[in-house]
Amino acid sequence: MTIAFKTGESFRDDFRYANSDAAILRFPFPFGEDEYMYAVNLEPHFAGGATDAFDTAFDVDEHYVSECREREMVLRQDPNRCIVLPHMMQAQWDTLELIMESLARDYPDHFQLERDGRRWTWRNRPLGIEDRFTFGMPDTLPYEPFEYITRQAQGDFTLQDQRDGNLYMDGGMVTTQADWSLEFDLGMTFHEWHGPVPLAHEMGIFDRALQYLLRVQYGHPARRLNWTMTVNPRLDTSPENYPVWGPDRTTITPDNVGERLHLRVELQTFFRLPRSNALLFGIRAYLASIDELARVPKWGRRLHRVLRDLREELAGYKGLTRYRDIAVEHLSRYDDGAPTSPGIAPDIRTLPA
Amino acid sequence: MIQRDIAYRVRAIESLSPTLKRIVLESATGDPLPVGAAGAHIALTLKCGDRILRNSYSLIAPSDGTGRYELIVRRTDPSRGGSHFVHDELTVGAVLAGYVPHNLFPSFSHARKHLLIGGGVGITPLLAHLAALRREGARVELHQLAAAEEVALFTQLLAPWAGDDVQVHGGREGLDLEALLSRQPLGTHVYVCGPAALMDRVEGMAVALGWPDGRIHRESFGASGGEPFTVRLARSGGEVRVGPDESMLQALENAGVAAPSLCRGGACGECLTRVLEGEPEHRDHYLTAEEKASGQFVMPCVSRAHSDMLVLDL
Repeated sequence: MTIAFKTGESFRDDFRYANSDAAILRFPFPFGEDEYMYAVNLEPHFAGGATDAFDTAFDVDEHYVSECREREMVLRQDPNRCIVLPHMMQAQWDTLELIMESLARDYPDHFQLERDGRRWTWRNRPLGIEDRFTFGMPDTLPYEPFEYITRQAQGDFTLQDQRDGNLYMDGGMVTTQADWSLEFDLGMTFHEWHGPVPLAHEMGIFDRALQYLLRVQYGHPARRLNWTMTVNPRLDTSPENYPVWGPDRTTITPDNVGERLHLRVELQTFFRLPRSNALLFGIRAYLASIDELARVPKWGRRLHRVLRDLREELAGYKGLTRYRDIAVEHLSRYDDGAPTSPGIAPDIRTLPA
Repeated sequence: MIQRDIAYRVRAIESLSPTLKRIVLESATGDPLPVGAAGAHIALTLKCGDRILRNSYSLIAPSDGTGRYELIVRRTDPSRGGSHFVHDELTVGAVLAGYVPHNLFPSFSHARKHLLIGGGVGITPLLAHLAALRREGARVELHQLAAAEEVALFTQLLAPWAGDDVQVHGGREGLDLEALLSRQPLGTHVYVCGPAALMDRVEGMAVALGWPDGRIHRESFGASGGEPFTVRLARSGGEVRVGPDESMLQALENAGVAAPSLCRGGACGECLTRVLEGEPEHRDHYLTAEEKASGQFVMPCVSRAHSDMLVLDL
């Protein structure tokens, strides 16, 4: 699979970002029905799904190069976006191996891995990287192994240590987050870091999800989708930078909502790591403006209905309150009241002009 | 992305004693073997005459780029057939179907010290832990309980790590467990593998001495399968046999029954099915305690049956 990378995109200031038709059609649209409520929507991470985004272990798309550059910029300003506690060194190597093996297998035109015992050669052609190192020896890499490989991957990653029947967030690379902080959550248990989520605790969602995740086995990864909305195609909506992006919420008007308001979907993946027995969470974020998504007629109708009927607590938690009415009014033009098919698939192969 | 099955080829078989054999497996396809960490086990499918058994065996050495998995199998009497097959029929070059390693007995990187206690052939995962922990430079102590006639054999297996911290005790009374557990420093984790009675004794003693639950670990292969049973479909008619190594959901799917599912791990609730007759064996995390006690619902993705027959509203 050869991907044409868009290299000049920006996720801040002048916001040079758009999705090609193909990128819209492969978007992991998160709503399988016309209304949304929390559920334990975990499933095995098998190859294949409603769109191409589910075809590989770690999805790489046209925004790869630009997203890696953005991550580099965030880390330069705030190196604490990547922290791994000392007892997670084996999990770091596990992560490096998993991501390198997966990218080299799934995108052989772009990534190559040669293993000669412990001496490995890694080639990342899109980023122009070629490194030789010794697996298991951190000094042979320019960064610690987890930081090294997640600087070359799209989406955030956290490392969970499993002990005392719980998951502890003991490491991560978090630069493209929906308003949560690794530095704040580091060392927390599963229920602690989900503390701010409304309704789901009372519904028992986290109790069940934790039991499932504790049992994720090596070779049997799992996945789920999560979503929120972001004003402008900004990846770094962190609490650390709230003064930078918080005011964006006040800028939405009926004239600009279609292109400025973005649906932000996380394709979350969960991998058991073999040496450390830790659990790797991949949090791969996708952004598309609501006008881009509405080019798929089913998604335009459904997005209108979901936002219109979303429970107030969820709208507040996701930060939609200020512009929700404007978005619903705008999206109503795409909703003719026709029924929608179940599931998230776009149901079309090409976009209408 | 999902890898479950592996074809293994028997690379070597070594007789350690009249009842113990060391088996070395390699990949039958030439693909590299996945990492097999200390504490992990693999399940093998053994064809014993007209019966098919799925047996789990601990790896006795960490496998990380070595291209092989090593096991020790004890010939037991009575046997379900698996150990007799391995001892009497398995030959070098034979190909066995199996699963990727699964680790329910890992070591914990937080531990200040690791105390390993084995009984008989329960030494197998501890051999792997000892090798890995010594290589990491971790503080570790091992005590192996053995029948008098096997002391020499286990001493020899442990020879690469011989020292004051590695001891083999002959006979059931050879080790003062209470004294051993009492003198461990705070932050020690204990790992025990052997007969259920030994594991119960270590666990009970440690709890009585005030060890936190999270620092007491016993070997487990998990409970994925179970006794076979039959499902009768009340609405569509017909019966489906659920074998010992498949889930109820898999059996229904294989029989062409359209059963809803999502997580396949007992958490999401998608496969919730009403039970009309029979006694479900609940293994899910979805139903409440009251719902489980009522016996009216079952999650076919993970749960099974205590009764020979389960009648479902399907």
